[in-house]
Amino acid sequence: MSTAPQKAKSGAEKLDVKVTAVVPLNELVTRFEFQRRDGELFPPFSGGAHTVVQMVDGDRTRLNPYSLMSDPADRSRYAISVRRDDEGRGGSLFMHRNVKVGDEMVVTYPVNLFSLDLRAKKHLFFAGGIGITPFMAMISQLERTNGNWELHYACRSKALGSYVDELTYKYPNKVHIYYDDQKQAMDLKQLLEGQPLGTNAYVCGPKGMIKWVHATASAAGWPDANVLSEEFMAPEPGAPFEVRLCQSDKTITVGENESLLEAIERAGVDAPYLCRGGSCGQCETDVISADGEFVHRDHWLDDVEHASGKKIMPCVSRFIGKSLELDR
Amino acid sequence: MSKFEFPTSIISRPVYGTLKARSGKHHLMIADAEGAEAILDVATPDLMANSHIIYIPLGTDYADKLRALSPAQFYVGPTYAASVSRIRRVLERSNMGLNIYLSGTEGLMGQAQNEAMQAGFAHSAIQTEHRGSIARRMQCVHCKGITEDVEMDPFVCSHCGLNLFVRDHYSRRWAAYQGVCIDAEDPGNVPASKGIYAQGDEV
Repeated sequence: MSTAPQKAKSGAEKLDVKVTAVVPLNELVTRFEFQRRDGELFPPFSGGAHTVVQMVDGDRTRLNPYSLMSDPADRSRYAISVRRDDEGRGGSLFMHRNVKVGDEMVVTYPVNLFSLDLRAKKHLFFAGGIGITPFMAMISQLERTNGNWELHYACRSKALGSYVDELTYKYPNKVHIYYDDQKQAMDLKQLLEGQPLGTNAYVCGPKGMIKWVHATASAAGWPDANVLSEEFMAPEPGAPFEVRLCQSDKTITVGENESLLEAIERAGVDAPYLCRGGSCGQCETDVISADGEFVHRDHWLDDVEHASGKKIMPCVSRFIGKSLELDR
Repeated sequence: MSKFEFPTSIISRPVYGTLKARSGKHHLMIADAEGAEAILDVATPDLMANSHIIYIPLGTDYADKLRALSPAQFYVGPTYAASVSRIRRVLERSNMGLNIYLSGTEGLMGQAQNEAMQAGFAHSAIQTEHRGSIARRMQCVHCKGITEDVEMDPFVCSHCGLNLFVRDHYSRRWAAYQGVCIDAEDPGNVPASKGIYAQGDEV
């Protein structure tokens, strides 16, 4: 039997934590470290896992996923690194401006949607910018088991290269850095060609980079199953729209700057979720009727499901039109 | 008749597809008997220029047709066992980007798939197309002995002599279907053998 607590509400189980360190790494990225308030060890996690951080900002509560980047073997703390996004919906700005050492916060149990495939004979990591975070934990994990890995990490500049110094110092032969401002670019085609059979590639970074790696690998004859990627999307703002929640018998309005999932939660309806970034599939919701157009942005539903108008992922997707009724 | 529509079955039973040319610089094609037809169907000069064909004719006369495709490398072997050292050698020396195409009997495809999996391929990343004989490679679950080319159900284990029922339960690790004693509770009460896919009351 699992010793994990039984789920009472949606989302992964919660952990009460306090902030034990706030470490600015550069102009854009800051690391936040947490310990449990009850003094216990954290639940174990595997490289690539994320936690959802609850940010109470006045009367607004944000729930944002961040990759755990601390060493999975160190259960005394969890660490995340947050890139400040001045144009975003405010979660990262809240972390950067408001969160101080000693603050009490709530984070979820770890969830891993981007785990290492330990059957692979080699792990080839491609990171872009803040996409380095899941690889920090994966590298710590693989180093303990003498795993075969290699990192190719593209950063905008030396000044913005989070963890570059640490990585190149500890693993000089496994880490390869590419600075955009010095016009250094990965020779991806060449890199993919020389890899031994059974190599898995992992990509985390901007959307364009993820697409580029998938497409280049596929053209080079790599099976799709050997290229894994993770991209958390923040919900995008959009025109407000009205939704009828049939099970709960409520009609709600989704505001310009909130997601459909957040609006459902604000109305007091307990809706399932895990990643809140369009990846995990937990919040999949049946559409009962719709008169208008869906703005699907998730990675979960396939093209046929998107076109069917029968399902929506409320964490990142929106709707434009006259009426929408959901089975929630 | 080289194409056969296998009845749908339990999830353990392998499902075969139709070979399609994939992009990439290296292609390894392994086929036996009528499996050659699947290669002939997918072959283009561009594909053949980067293809290594390992072929086991099993008494058929497709070898010259395959040779006429001018693949980059072509090997004809008398048996799978005689070819497997070459298959291993090719896999050892290959990098990511190698595409694998298997066609022919289930026994050939299963065993070659197993070699590729040991070399690091996901089974789902290997293309297969069934052609020719519908005989199965069977493992006796009691003595673990393998009996090749089983066409009848039930059949007698060629190792321990038990009467075995042909199951659709398949092991990718052994590249074999599982055969289970059919008369364990009532020794000697063995139904008449019939073709594995013959219509009848006992399947």
